Amino acid sequence: MTELSQSNTASRSLAAERARKVKAGLRRRHMTEKIFRGLGIAAIVAALGFVALLFTDVLSKGIPAFTQANLHLEVAYDPAIIKLTPAPVREVGQSDAGFEQANLKWRSSLVLLNWNKVLEVAMRKSAPADYDIDTRQLLTIPETNARHILRERYVEDPGLLGKTISIDLVASANVDNWVKGNIDRDLPDAQQQLGADARALTDFFAENGTLTKDFATGIFTNVDSRAAPASAGLAGAFMGSVYMMLVVIILAVPIGVASAIYLEEFAKKSRLTDIIEVNINNLAAVPSIVFGLLGAAVFINFFHLPISAPLVGGMVLTLMTLPTIIIATRAALQSVSPALRQAALGLGASRTQMVFHHVLPVTFPSILTATIIGVAQALGETAPLLLIGMNAFVASVPASPLDQATALPVQIFLWNGNENRNFFEARTSAAIMVLLGLMILLNAIAIFLRTRLERRA
Amino acid sequence: MNSLVVVGLLLVIMGLAYQSGWSRSRNLATPNGIRVHSRPQYHGTLVALWAIIPMLLILALWAYFGGDVIRAFTLAQLPADVAAQTGQDLQATLQRINALASGFGVAGDVQPYEQAAGEALRQFQFTTFLVVIAAAAGTGILALLYARSKITPRLRARNNVEFIIGLLLLACSGIAILTTVGIVASLVTEALRFFTFVNPLDFFFGTVWNPVFSSTEGGAQGQYGLLPLLAGTLMVSLIATLVAVPVGLMTAIYLSQYAPRKLRAIIKPIIEILAGIPTIVYGFFALVTVGPFLASAGDIIGLDIKAASALTAGLVMGIMIIPFISSLSDDILNQVPSSMRDGSYGLGATQSETIRRVLLPAALPGIVGAFLLAISRAIGETMIVVLAAGNSPVLRGTPLEPVSTITISIVNQLTGDTDFAGPQSLVAFALGLTLFVMTLILNVVALYIVRRFREQYE
Amino acid sequence: MDVMAGKVKMTQTTVESAMNPTDAPDRSIRIQAQDVKVHYGAKEALHGVSIEIPDRAVTSFIGPSGCGKSTFLRCINRMNDTIEGARVEGLIKLDGEDIYDPSLDVVELRARIGMVFQKPNPFPKSIYENVAYGPKIHGIATSRTDLDEIVVSSLRRAGLFEEVKDRLNEPGTGLSGGQQQRLCIARAMAVGPEVILMDEPCSALDPIATAIIEELIDELRANYTIVIVTHSMQQAARVSQKTAFFHLGNLIEEGVTEDIFTNPINKQTQDYIMGRIG
Repeated sequence: MTELSQSNTASRSLAAERARKVKAGLRRRHMTEKIFRGLGIAAIVAALGFVALLFTDVLSKGIPAFTQANLHLEVAYDPAIIKLTPAPVREVGQSDAGFEQANLKWRSSLVLLNWNKVLEVAMRKSAPADYDIDTRQLLTIPETNARHILRERYVEDPGLLGKTISIDLVASANVDNWVKGNIDRDLPDAQQQLGADARALTDFFAENGTLTKDFATGIFTNVDSRAAPASAGLAGAFMGSVYMMLVVIILAVPIGVASAIYLEEFAKKSRLTDIIEVNINNLAAVPSIVFGLLGAAVFINFFHLPISAPLVGGMVLTLMTLPTIIIATRAALQSVSPALRQAALGLGASRTQMVFHHVLPVTFPSILTATIIGVAQALGETAPLLLIGMNAFVASVPASPLDQATALPVQIFLWNGNENRNFFEARTSAAIMVLLGLMILLNAIAIFLRTRLERRA
Repeated sequence: MNSLVVVGLLLVIMGLAYQSGWSRSRNLATPNGIRVHSRPQYHGTLVALWAIIPMLLILALWAYFGGDVIRAFTLAQLPADVAAQTGQDLQATLQRINALASGFGVAGDVQPYEQAAGEALRQFQFTTFLVVIAAAAGTGILALLYARSKITPRLRARNNVEFIIGLLLLACSGIAILTTVGIVASLVTEALRFFTFVNPLDFFFGTVWNPVFSSTEGGAQGQYGLLPLLAGTLMVSLIATLVAVPVGLMTAIYLSQYAPRKLRAIIKPIIEILAGIPTIVYGFFALVTVGPFLASAGDIIGLDIKAASALTAGLVMGIMIIPFISSLSDDILNQVPSSMRDGSYGLGATQSETIRRVLLPAALPGIVGAFLLAISRAIGETMIVVLAAGNSPVLRGTPLEPVSTITISIVNQLTGDTDFAGPQSLVAFALGLTLFVMTLILNVVALYIVRRFREQYE
Repeated sequence: MDVMAGKVKMTQTTVESAMNPTDAPDRSIRIQAQDVKVHYGAKEALHGVSIEIPDRAVTSFIGPSGCGKSTFLRCINRMNDTIEGARVEGLIKLDGEDIYDPSLDVVELRARIGMVFQKPNPFPKSIYENVAYGPKIHGIATSRTDLDEIVVSSLRRAGLFEEVKDRLNEPGTGLSGGQQQRLCIARAMAVGPEVILMDEPCSALDPIATAIIEELIDELRANYTIVIVTHSMQQAARVSQKTAFFHLGNLIEEGVTEDIFTNPINKQTQDYIMGRIG
């Protein structure tokens, strides 16, 4: 009994000693805890800060590009300047090719006319009377393709001859920069892009309403242009991207879903399926540029598919997105409860019937979401497309997936490399906004569809 | 027009076949109450498959060989002296004749022989088309009849159809394998061709990268030393990892251990937005905003930082892989059983002690795997470095100067060039092979580690 | 709900009158709980539990699963703090000190009240590191020899030392289930707690390992206050001196173990002991 009480007091004092030690360390430990937690918050703030910085940066640079300086001119189609035979009419017995040649000849004579003169007259009419500016400087105010626009108007409607109509023209990139204040107005003449007279005239136009800043519809409706940067638009790149996404959807979705079904539902665990599985996981992590090399070597060089074509781009992106879709679909299939499978099999359904009639419909929302996210990923991919020639300059909207085209992200890359940095920084940001907008839209659709479908299921 | 006819024909025969199979098996069932093994749909599908496959085969053969046949025919129609032309001229003549045959016509005077050949070609194209169509339709119908005659109550049509579906599914999953085979085969063959120009030792251990694009045959071919590019790649990836690992890991820890559920539900998707932004956007951000910012910040503290440098690219790439590390680490931290955490709390550990001394060691293998995957992604990343690393393939020790990477050089050497004749473009494949092997090793190791980790706690 | 609360109150008065102080062995009270309620989100899991836990004895909580016995146990060392949405009301005192007092440091509290869990949960570290973990984080050991001594004595007291002395550097996860659980007990004792909470410590173990642990609990009783949650009535009868019966979030009856098993007052306790519920 005494021994026990002795050991009791001993253990009591030991406990007190320990308690003292624990207490001694508490302050330091709680400090460490606070620091650690603070680090966690700092990391999150940093990550969120990056998101915010990136978006505000792109937005602040891109939003000004959605307005653009436009000139509103009264253009007179003066017969004294426009001297031209009437357009050719198809003669009896003339072949398609023959007619086309005649047409071509007429058009080249049309091109040779002095359309700049027409433009110049119209511009001087809006300027103060007897404003002293030489023609070359005057013509730096509208975009270089202004004369083509005047000409095309005439081709559309030859009846304009002798009439005066009002036409809206895009002002040149330099004028746009000047009006938006992107250029330091106090810079000496030698460093200015516009001549002194042209600057003064621009300011005058802005005051008298000949020049206004309007919403830049050209960004959406025009194709890329090197000669006339202010009229460069995304229409061509957009269609290129649309074709590629179509190819990806047509190829990647059925193949991806089919492989996932095979691997998850039919394949017996064997060496082969093991290899396929490891292989797919690795493919998902292969750098995208390697897929570009594959495309260049196999599709272009070996099968001689057309270079710069959205079809090939879509095929390369398909191979790239396949693993994503397969992995996501398998995950969706795995999450279907075994009870459903057993119920179907128990009723005498074959394995195929079970999968296609019961399992697949249940997983449809997840598969759809995975697919859209995969497609969105493919939409933003740039590197592999550079290797299959989709960075070519294409000044038309591709009419089919076999025509030369570029894609939205590649267009961003190309614009970013343009020498007219001042102007194209904004254009590029605008293009980025369009691309990000599309991706956000796709993701929003995915989320919307998933919630809709899951609620119904 | 022609393709419409073909598709229409295929559809019609498919429909016919399905219908006949369906009705025949239906009729089997009705008279004397025999049990038919499969339902009529399956019989219909089976007959349709029987009919369609030989038709597709014939059409595929024609698609493949048709062009050559037509070309041979056209050549045979031409006078000997014209047919003896070579290259461009012959091509132009053939195009003119094609244009004549299609009825579009050609500009300028038409030679009589051209007119005749065009006429003959038109006739020939028409007849061959009819013959092919007829052959396809005929075989299709024969196959249909054969398959139809095989329909008996005991025919296991459903099993047969399912077998074919199974084959199709297998073929689809084979595409993943084919892709890998294609990657390896194309990289290896083209890289080997490159090594016939340049000694592999000079490539792998060369310290100078200077691929001269020279028009003079066999003359200066430039130097293809991998090391400057490899050093640049590793430097940028290292910087990226140094940025992303602390931020990503701490984010994951905070979100999975500290943040209340509601906060987590908001913040996690926002950070994952970073993963969905196209890399070209990061590249632009690096080039236009981060680079100039770093350069002026360097000015203030007296450091000469170039706007386009390893630091700029690495920093932005680090931002890009933050969500990658954070969501993988988050998953892995969540997989550590909560009994570990309870055990530690029960002993009086604070939250951070529990995380640092129990959770992280327990999750270490998985987190290392996540890091490796992130590094592999950084090594293979292209657009950020193309825009912001400056493309200066020189061995340097400082991250403040421009560098070049493997991916930059691939883009530079191959862009717009598809005639893989010289080492200038072939080197892209040797670089690609190097890149592929590096990332593959990292991925295999990482995936293995992660898999082992998951099994440990399952 | 009102009916329920009334029932509890009534039960408690009967328990108090039943526990004649002269009959019960004189033991100082270590832990006092008054009207403890636990909410998980909107759901109340524990509807007001009041109990006193004696020093240097084994108190067992029994009851069918989901009855709140583990929930209550986790209130005693504030483990419920770690569960999001859990809220504890009422008063729990350790040696007269309110453990939910905001000024009280939960770290210090848990150093005084150790816990052993249902499933053995050794850390993925060596056996040595497992036991040394507590002393290390609390800064109890001042030197390496100090630490060695704590580890060895804790393992000894947990009756594990002889079995593992040659492989202290091997991972703790490599031990058998019973050994793992004893390792967890050693780990808890290394911090030098005064109270040890055990949440169904033998439920994952085979009968032989269970017997060894029960023997260990009996030995430890001389120096520790032990609270054990168990779903096995036999175990409660074997190891504990005091027993409390929980049902549907209420403390139905508590008392000297022998009394509870041989002469239960409450009908529900009777039913449970007879095997009619649970």
